[in-house]
Amino acid sequence: MTLARKFYSSKMKGLLVLTVLFVAVFGKKTFEGDQLLQITAKDEAQISLLKELSEQEHLGLDFWREPVHESLPVDVRVPFHSLQAVRAFLGYNQIQYNVMIMDVQDLLDDEEREMVKYRSFPRSTDDFVYTTYHDLNSINSFIDMLVAENSNLVSKIVIGQSYENRPLNVLKFSTGANRPGIWIDTGIHSREWVTQASGIWFAKKIVTDYGRDPVLTDILSNYDIFLEIATNPDGFAYTHSNDRMWRKTRKPNSGSSCVGVDPNRNWDAGFGGAGSSSNPCTETYRGPSAHSEPEVKAIVDFVKSHGKLKAFVSIHSYSQMLLYPYGYTSTPAKDQAELHELARKAVTALQSLYNTRYTYGSIITTIYQASGGTIDWTYNQGIKYSYTFELRDTGRYGFLLPANQIVPTAEETWLALMAIMEHTRNNPY
Amino acid sequence: MLCAHWSRLRRVSSRSCCATALRSTHSSTRLSSSPERIMKTFCSVWLLLSVVELSPAQEPPLPETAEDMASTGDLEPTHYPARRAAQVALHYLNTRHGSPFRVFGLQQVHKASAEDVEAGGRKYKLDFSVTDWASGSAGPALRCSADVLFPRTERHSAPDVKLRCEALQQINRTVQEEEAFYQKHIPPDSAVSARDIPDSYGNMSEEMQPFWRLARVAASFIMLRESSENTEFNMVQMASVTQQESSEEQLMLEFVVLLHDLPSQEIVQWKLLASWSPDRGVRVLQTEWQPRCPHATKPPN
Repeated sequence: MTLARKFYSSKMKGLLVLTVLFVAVFGKKTFEGDQLLQITAKDEAQISLLKELSEQEHLGLDFWREPVHESLPVDVRVPFHSLQAVRAFLGYNQIQYNVMIMDVQDLLDDEEREMVKYRSFPRSTDDFVYTTYHDLNSINSFIDMLVAENSNLVSKIVIGQSYENRPLNVLKFSTGANRPGIWIDTGIHSREWVTQASGIWFAKKIVTDYGRDPVLTDILSNYDIFLEIATNPDGFAYTHSNDRMWRKTRKPNSGSSCVGVDPNRNWDAGFGGAGSSSNPCTETYRGPSAHSEPEVKAIVDFVKSHGKLKAFVSIHSYSQMLLYPYGYTSTPAKDQAELHELARKAVTALQSLYNTRYTYGSIITTIYQASGGTIDWTYNQGIKYSYTFELRDTGRYGFLLPANQIVPTAEETWLALMAIMEHTRNNPY
Repeated sequence: MLCAHWSRLRRVSSRSCCATALRSTHSSTRLSSSPERIMKTFCSVWLLLSVVELSPAQEPPLPETAEDMASTGDLEPTHYPARRAAQVALHYLNTRHGSPFRVFGLQQVHKASAEDVEAGGRKYKLDFSVTDWASGSAGPALRCSADVLFPRTERHSAPDVKLRCEALQQINRTVQEEEAFYQKHIPPDSAVSARDIPDSYGNMSEEMQPFWRLARVAASFIMLRESSENTEFNMVQMASVTQQESSEEQLMLEFVVLLHDLPSQEIVQWKLLASWSPDRGVRVLQTEWQPRCPHATKPPN
């Protein structure tokens, strides 16, 4: 008995059980009362008997290891209804066996519980499920795990607090001090879930590719990368708890029952002009004054105190576009030609992966007039390579993009980001 | 809140005229051609008249929109003026040819131009391609051309669309699926109802796909009717579907849909009653705008 137990290490058992679990899940069977027997035939005659037994279809025997030779043990799952008959047969023919698993279903239930536990609390960023949408707690756990696993490369900076006092967490990827930086943010509009999900993927991509991909490694030898995944955490929490379509911050507006400010109309660039609203009950409400929202102010303060950011990318969805300044005026940006050409390169790279069509151009000509926008401000601060993405799709699912598109979206977008970062690295200013 | 905004959406097209008059006095590079001068005069007069209309209004003045400076002549196909007009043509296409197994999406605009017309509207000429979402990424692209006329009237009125798509007649392969779907749900004991399709995570069951497509087609009637040069609508969700008693051998479905307008970023909710059968296609019988927050009042209609 002990010999068999040793052989049946938990790993082996686990593997076999998982197979059964798969069958169980897809075949929708249960295995209550079923037992796993390990049979040891002592000669050719007993092997023949076991082969005969295996042909009795009405017994429903499930051989995990078929009878082949007397030196090899035979593993069979015996359904509950056949147990008495099988044990009688084995006893009558004096064929030796051990009960390895008393109740297969019990074991499956245990495994299931383990797996559920594992799903809710990934033990590492390798366990983390990138193909599903996560909530804020999950994202913050991910951030802490990533830092813990890659402490040479990654650190967490808290640049401020949201209106509801949530930390504004930024991941810093750095291989040395006093470097110029590249900024990426996702989730500034909380309902654009594919963006936060992509941000998580980008973070993992950076640590995976550092030291493996020469281009990224070279970029990180010269620049720091800053990544803010949940740029509007209050709004994001609200999309999970109350309203999936919430876009703005969650700060109340005095004199109004309507809550929230559009964080992408709150920047001091053409603030108050056409392309934003002065009505707190609208989705593009600009706020009482520029930088009135703590989520925006935190980034403004960070950018100003850093002083050496060279590229700034703010990620939204949906529409499949890559946009550069300006949104608040039709006056072309000083660097329009270069920005346009770089956008073309980035979009070409993006499209090469899954043939996803993107359009590109200035905000005001391509999508709509928008005042007080993020990248208009960053551009006016002197951050030349200021871009906004609008990720998948073009309106079929819109904000409710199926989770199976998260990774393909992140993968293709990463190619565009790499093109922008590479160009930044090769064109210092 | 949405009352104020909804009327804004409806009024934008008429106010854009007012804005054009203001704009042209500021722009330095604009050549003042004859039609533009007529437009300016017309707009100044209209502006004077509209001041009387505007003063009792409670909502704040509309931000001026750059769309009003949109060029006449050839348009950049990837920019929003052409795209919005193409989207309108697409809504029209779906009202005529959409079904539980066919919904068209815009693939690409190839060429576009716009011109002001005598009655005071703007007409877009478009050359674009569409794909059928139901046939997935494997489906062929259909080439279409359309004339989309946005009228310039005091109160919003629906754009007028003339559309030609090549090979439209050749895609009849969904007849069997339509029949099967119809037969399954026409019996009196069929009482389909569902909510939040797709859900927050973008999930939608196979079973629900035809209903979602029907909602999308029915919503196209509303989106078409409510469109202007300053809107760009998509349906984000079928908030609910409730099957009603069949009438005259038509499937009767009550939908609540959430529409998203890109320029304003507003989510607008509509309840509608639609009928469908393989022979008659989709018809929309009733529509009702539904406020999404407790303080909104109905739009002036």
